Amino acid sequence: MRQVLSEPMAQQGKARPSAVLLLLLILAISWLLWSGLYKPLVMALGAFSCCLSAYLAHRMGFFRHHDTLFKILFRLPRYWFWLLKEIIISSIDVVKIILQPSLPISPTVVVLRAKSKSDVGQVILGNSITLSPGTVTLDVHEGTLLIHCLTKASAKALQAGEANRRAAALESK
Amino acid sequence: MTELLLDSLSWILLILGGACVLIGGIGGLRLPNFYARIHAASLTDTMATILIFTGMMLQSAWSLATLKLFAIMLFLLLTGPTATYALANTALLSGLKPDAGSESDEPEEDEPT
Repeated sequence: MRQVLSEPMAQQGKARPSAVLLLLLILAISWLLWSGLYKPLVMALGAFSCCLSAYLAHRMGFFRHHDTLFKILFRLPRYWFWLLKEIIISSIDVVKIILQPSLPISPTVVVLRAKSKSDVGQVILGNSITLSPGTVTLDVHEGTLLIHCLTKASAKALQAGEANRRAAALESK
Repeated sequence: MTELLLDSLSWILLILGGACVLIGGIGGLRLPNFYARIHAASLTDTMATILIFTGMMLQSAWSLATLKLFAIMLFLLLTGPTATYALANTALLSGLKPDAGSESDEPEEDEPT
């Protein structure tokens, strides 16, 4: 049991006090904005949940990725716009497939090597793929993604690698 | 004038979102096996979420509620794929073959006794 517990400690990394304080500040501001109630009990509950969130973030290794996250944050809106366009296109495709009486599906499994080396980049890529209808990430292991596609056409589009390139570009210098 | 325009735009988005939920449900019933059905669920997960929340944001007339709705949409879009991944990965690890093609995985119906 001791060994099982000590293993994730290696992943957590060092939490710099400035990073922790920044996270606490952001959490506190969002709590105050969200709740809109300034009674002592609610404030105390808010302080408690802010601390709990910060602790859980530390446990999950959030502060290890802290630097990469900041770099990515400013490029995310552009990426989201591109992703939104992709989601709309693939949604229309899936709607067409479902509503056709012949149900023209051709399920395909694709292996994709992520261009991005970091965990954060791979998570963004995997989640983007799952987010667009017609493709679901089944497995992520050491930079290799296993993806299930509803049609051969969507599998081909994935292998063309635009999503892969854009997710990797998020964290380049 | 702009109010009418915003109102009708938001209604169009809400109706389209509702249609996406409905079509996702139909797809969940029509598609033949587990991995194919996940795709129908992701239609409800993403497209319907985006459409319905954008529709509601247009209704809320630029207040704190707009920001809150946007945040809720963001959280749903970030956590949805994670849940789908957990589901699909568990199916994969427990031995359900993803290359089952377009065969049905429904059990054969028992003879009524």
